[in-house]
Amino acid sequence: MYHQDIPLEVVQDIYTRVLRIRRFEEEVGRLFRQGQLPGFVHLYIGEEAVAAGVCAALTDDDTIISTHRGHGHVIAKGGDLERMMAELFGKATGYCKGKGGSMHIADFEIGMLGAIGIVGGGMPIAVGAGLSAWYSDSDRVSVCFFGDGAANEGSFHESLNLASTLTLPVIFVCENNQYGEFTPALNAMNIADIADRAAGYGIPGQVADGTDALEMYRVAKAAVERARSGAGPTLIEAKTHRRGSHAEGEEAFLGGQTYRSDAELAAAQAKDPLLLLHTYVSENDILPAAQLETLDAEISQSVAEAVDAARDSPAPGIDSLFEDLWV
Amino acid sequence: MPRKTYVAAIQEALAEEMRRDDRVFLIGEDVRIGVFPSTRGLHAEFGDKRVIDTPISELAVAGAGIGAAVTGLRPIVDLMFGTFLYLAFDQIANQAGAMRYMYGGQTKVPLVFMVQNGAGSSAGHHHSQAVHQFFMNMPQIKVILPSTPYDGKGLLKSAIRDDNPVLFLHSLSLGGKRGEVPSDEYLVPIGVADVKRSGSDVTICAVGPTVYAALAAAQKLAAEGLEAEVIDLRSLSPWDKGTVLESVAKTGRFVAVDESFPTCSAASEWAATVAEEAFADLKAPVQRVTNQNVPMPFSPVLERAVLPSAADVVAAVRKTLT
Repeated sequence: MYHQDIPLEVVQDIYTRVLRIRRFEEEVGRLFRQGQLPGFVHLYIGEEAVAAGVCAALTDDDTIISTHRGHGHVIAKGGDLERMMAELFGKATGYCKGKGGSMHIADFEIGMLGAIGIVGGGMPIAVGAGLSAWYSDSDRVSVCFFGDGAANEGSFHESLNLASTLTLPVIFVCENNQYGEFTPALNAMNIADIADRAAGYGIPGQVADGTDALEMYRVAKAAVERARSGAGPTLIEAKTHRRGSHAEGEEAFLGGQTYRSDAELAAAQAKDPLLLLHTYVSENDILPAAQLETLDAEISQSVAEAVDAARDSPAPGIDSLFEDLWV
Repeated sequence: MPRKTYVAAIQEALAEEMRRDDRVFLIGEDVRIGVFPSTRGLHAEFGDKRVIDTPISELAVAGAGIGAAVTGLRPIVDLMFGTFLYLAFDQIANQAGAMRYMYGGQTKVPLVFMVQNGAGSSAGHHHSQAVHQFFMNMPQIKVILPSTPYDGKGLLKSAIRDDNPVLFLHSLSLGGKRGEVPSDEYLVPIGVADVKRSGSDVTICAVGPTVYAALAAAQKLAAEGLEAEVIDLRSLSPWDKGTVLESVAKTGRFVAVDESFPTCSAASEWAATVAEEAFADLKAPVQRVTNQNVPMPFSPVLERAVLPSAADVVAAVRKTLT
C-alpha cells in the first residue's frame, strides 16, 4: 500500500471529510441552479483532498484561514453543516446570522478564523494567528489556505517574508487549481511551480499532489511538526483541479465563450480526489463497501437535513442590522 | 502638574498600558529605535517579543495585527506615516472594521493602528497628508486625533483598552508641543469633545493641529469683541455631535476647520450635520475651512498656504456675520 504509514482510522477520517465536503457542495450547486441561494457560490469540488488532508493533520486548537472558495475548509475543520447551509440561505441561524454569506463563513470555536473574500486578504491574518501562538508560547499552528491567484498578490510576498523573518508557526497552503477565475495560472506567472517562490523567503517549499488526500495529510503533517518545533513556516503547493465553475452560474460572465477544453476537463475528472480515495480505501479493504454506502447515506442525510433546517429557519430580523457592532 | 511633550505623553501611555496588560504589544518597522520618539525606550523595558520590528510591509503587518487581535492579543500596529495606511487599506477597510459584524459577532478586534497624521514638516505629498477622513467613512473603525499631550496620553490609553479597532492619529507638527500631563492615571474617553473656549457668537469646530488655528482666530476675534466657542472634537469617529449641536444652538453660526482636502472632508461631515440638524438655529450658512485642493507641496511657503490658517478661520467667521 502506497500510504501504509498512515493509520487506518486517519484514512477513514480523511475519507469522511472528503465525502462530507463533496456531498455538501453538490447540494449547494443544485440549490444554486434552482435559484434558491442568493449571491455567489464558489464550489470546492475537485479540491477536497487539500482541505481534508491538511485539516486531518491539525488539532482543534490549530487555526485556519480560508478563501472565497471556503466551504471545504469549514467542513474539513469540523464545521456544522446546518449552520453553514443556513448562512448560505442568508438565515438568522447561520454561522454569521446572515451577515457573511458563502464567502465569509467563520467558526471561531473550532479555530476557523474566517473565509476572506479578497484574494490574498487572509494571508496576513494567518501570519497574525501564528504570531499570536508564538507570542503566547503556545504550540498552536496557523494554516493559511489560498489559491494560485493569491500567489501573485503583494500580500503573498509580504506575508511569507514576515512569517519567515519572525520564524512563525504558519503553514501556507496554496491550492493551485490551475485557474484564477478564467485565466490559466500559467498565463499569470512565468514559473511552473509556486513552491519555488519559497526559496526567496528562506523557507521550505514543496509541491504536493493536491488530488491525493493522503499525500496532502503526510505533507501537511511534516509542515505542522516543523512549525510546532519552532522551525518556522512552510509553503505547500497543492496541484489540484477546480472541477466545476469559478462561481456557479459562470456562464453568465462568459457570454458563450469557453476557457477549458473537454480533454482538460476529462483529465481532471480522472484525477478526482473522491474517486481516487474511494478506489484506495476499497482496494485496500480500509472501508468495506457496505460501510462506505452507509457513510455516504448518513452524510447525504445530514446534508438534506441541513437544507430542510435552513429553509425552515427565520430570515434575520431587520433589527439585527444594528447588532454585532462595536463591543 | 508635570509638563511634557506630546510625543512623551504618547510614549508614557504605551509604556503604562504594556505594564498593565501583557497581551498588549507593539509591532511595526523600527519601533525599537522609535523613529518618532513615541516608541523609543520601550524595547529596553519590554524586550523582543513585545516590541517587534518588522519588514516594511504595511499590508502584512496590519493584517498580522488583526490575526493577533482575533486570537486573544491586543496589538498596537505602528505604521509610521498616515499615508502608509494606503498600503494597508484592504486589511483595515475589508477586514479589521468588518470582521466582527461579518462573522455575526463571533469575534472582536481589539487593535490600535497608530500613525502620524498631517503636514507641517515640509516633507512633500507622500509624508504630509491628513488621512482621517478616509477612515471616518469606514464603518466600525474608531478614529481619534488628539491636539494636546494630555489628550494624547488619555485617548491612547482608552484606545488600547477598547475592544474595537481604533485608528490613533498623532500629529507630527504637534510632537514637540508641551502641556500638563498628570502623574496619576487617567483616561480620556473616545467620542467626547473638549470645549477649549466658551463664546456666544460663533462655534468653531476643529481637530488636531487646526485647534490651534481656531484658538488663534478666536483670540483675534475677541479683540474685536466677538466671542467664538472653540470645540476640539478629539474623536472623529464616533464624534461628539451633541456638544457641537448644543453650541450651535447657542451661537447660531458654525465654522468647521479641518486639515483634509475639501471634498468629503471631516469638515464636510460636521457642516452637513449642522445644516441638517440645526438649520433652525443657524443665522448664516455654515462655513468650511480645509486644505487647498492640491497635492501637498514641499516648499514651507507653499505648504503653509495649503493648510488652514488662523487668518482663513477669521475670514470664514466673517462670512457668517455678513
